[in-house]
Amino acid sequence: MNELVAYVAGIGVRGPGLADWPQTEAVMCALQPYVRSATLLPAPETLPPTERRRTGRVVRLAFAVGLEAARQARTEPAQLPVVFASSGGDGDNCHEICQTLASANRALSPTRFHNSVHNAPAGYWSIAAGTQVPSTTICAYDASFAAGLLEALTQIAVHGGATALIAYDHDYPPPLRAARIIPAAFGLALVLHASPQPHSLAQLRVGIDTGPADRVELQELEALRAAIPAAQGLVLLEAIAKRQTTTVSIAYLEPQTLRIAVTPCR
Amino acid sequence: MTPLFLTSFTATSCLGTGLRAMSAALHNTHTGLAPCRFEDVELDTWIGAVPEIEHAALPVRWQRFECRNNRLALLGLGQDNFMAAVADCVSRVGAHRVGLFLGTSTSGILQTELAYRNRDSESGALPASFHYAGSHNAFSAAILARELLGIQGPTAVVSTACSSSAKAFGSAQRMIELGIIDAAVVGGVDSLCLTTLYGFHSLQLTARRPCRPFAADRDGISIGEAAAFVLLEKSPARNCESAIALLGVGESNDGYHLSSPHPQGLGARLAMQAALSAAGLEAAAVGYINLHGTGTTSNDSAECTAVTSVFGATVPCSSTKGATGHTLGAAGALEAVICALALRDQLIPGAPNTGPLDPTLELNYCTHSAPQPISYALSNSFGFGGTNCSLVFGRLPLGAAP
Repeated sequence: MNELVAYVAGIGVRGPGLADWPQTEAVMCALQPYVRSATLLPAPETLPPTERRRTGRVVRLAFAVGLEAARQARTEPAQLPVVFASSGGDGDNCHEICQTLASANRALSPTRFHNSVHNAPAGYWSIAAGTQVPSTTICAYDASFAAGLLEALTQIAVHGGATALIAYDHDYPPPLRAARIIPAAFGLALVLHASPQPHSLAQLRVGIDTGPADRVELQELEALRAAIPAAQGLVLLEAIAKRQTTTVSIAYLEPQTLRIAVTPCR
Repeated sequence: MTPLFLTSFTATSCLGTGLRAMSAALHNTHTGLAPCRFEDVELDTWIGAVPEIEHAALPVRWQRFECRNNRLALLGLGQDNFMAAVADCVSRVGAHRVGLFLGTSTSGILQTELAYRNRDSESGALPASFHYAGSHNAFSAAILARELLGIQGPTAVVSTACSSSAKAFGSAQRMIELGIIDAAVVGGVDSLCLTTLYGFHSLQLTARRPCRPFAADRDGISIGEAAAFVLLEKSPARNCESAIALLGVGESNDGYHLSSPHPQGLGARLAMQAALSAAGLEAAAVGYINLHGTGTTSNDSAECTAVTSVFGATVPCSSTKGATGHTLGAAGALEAVICALALRDQLIPGAPNTGPLDPTLELNYCTHSAPQPISYALSNSFGFGGTNCSLVFGRLPLGAAP
């Protein structure tokens, strides 16, 4: 296929032991040790309080990484089309609904129901940003990160300007946890531009290939990458953190991968 | 955008399996809605069920995909020689050059709901037969369809509630426009489940009688289920005098509320304008609008405001949800197929069940199906989260540019 080109202008990361992009970058460059801790999820600061009360952890996760990436990219969320990508969405909410529906009283909470849509984070995001700019929400099971990245890159190539990718996955509660093992909450956001910006971090040239996906050097981060669909992007972040001119492969639809040529901008 | 031709399409809903049944129902303004007798649901509402699903168990080799949604997907793919058309396309352009973009809202969640009734009494575990990737995950129908159709190009599921399968057209169109693929299967599959029945009921949005979009006495939605698929290609099928093409896609958000539309239909208006602009058409060129028209008080009034602000009040409009029910994530693809039939048959589909119209909604709302020359049709799909998508289709004389 033709290569798709974009410039990374901002990054957001949240995961176990990963508080944000600067810290993740320091861990990847061995300037800081990796210390495992639960994923900390702040309340979505940009949402009005009435809406904020209705949100669960998955919305917080998407907001945390999305807002960090937008801030770094110096882009107003109101101006930013977004591709949300998640393998499983809100497992807590889904569990509560299934539990209620299996009980004697099936009356659902209206909030639980409207939060059950896969695009709930996208809905809250557009409300918080007060924007009519489009977004979409993608799922491709274990390939959700790569599918979301492809969607974002095609939007940029067709429409120009910037698009954000907000990829996130949250662990399921039991009993779903046994059927779908996501070990921790993890989110990764990129603000991508069609053209280089003064603060661009790296240029990406992306094509579809086959072969094995690359691994992250640090063992603890590799464990996250191997187990959480949204964390597939850690390989890309490692190349950006180390300011390497290199090519990385990210798992797509087996046996396919996305081959990403990374060139630092500074 | 460059027109993309619908070289094959099919739909299965409560109106029947395949195009012949749907076309007959649309010509005669028939409804497929019936009182809710789904599972052990005790709700005073009507639904649009596909009875053939009950007898459409998946073949043994697809057992891991067993769930109502994938039964419906397989049933739908099996109609109208659709699979043969895809196989022909794959052989012409190559498996890697054909993409797959599906929309679903609830995927196989019914299977999970039923599994929760059969948890182990001691450990709470789900039954061993529960297969997360095969039924629960939103991508499951795409894995099945990819294997079944022999597609190896880019594949994704769009899950944006009731705009899902309309937005899937946008994802496919961008990929084709960039030359990443030459063709794409675009579709939507959503099936009945307890989550949506009890969920919409909790919001007091399920109608007690068959849904009556734009009627003075409308009182909510009738939930339906459907599988609809379209093969999009850069060239029209051979040996036809005219061809149906996707001409424009427009997407927007309301940025207003998670489950209520913007009262003035701001996002809806922007989506329609973006779709017209992508198609390079003036509003006056559109001869039929298939409205989102769910039958809720708020949707129909907001959509009316949005439509009249773009098109005025004379363009023929209808919602076909009184015929099919609201098929949620499948509605975009289902109503794309209805627009394709309207263009093919030169027919304004009517709106069964809708009696006296709401006098405050000043649209040219067509309750009875009628023959009418139509060159261009627009379809609206809006969803929870404030997501909006409009699609423009046209009937093009062969070899001519729009």
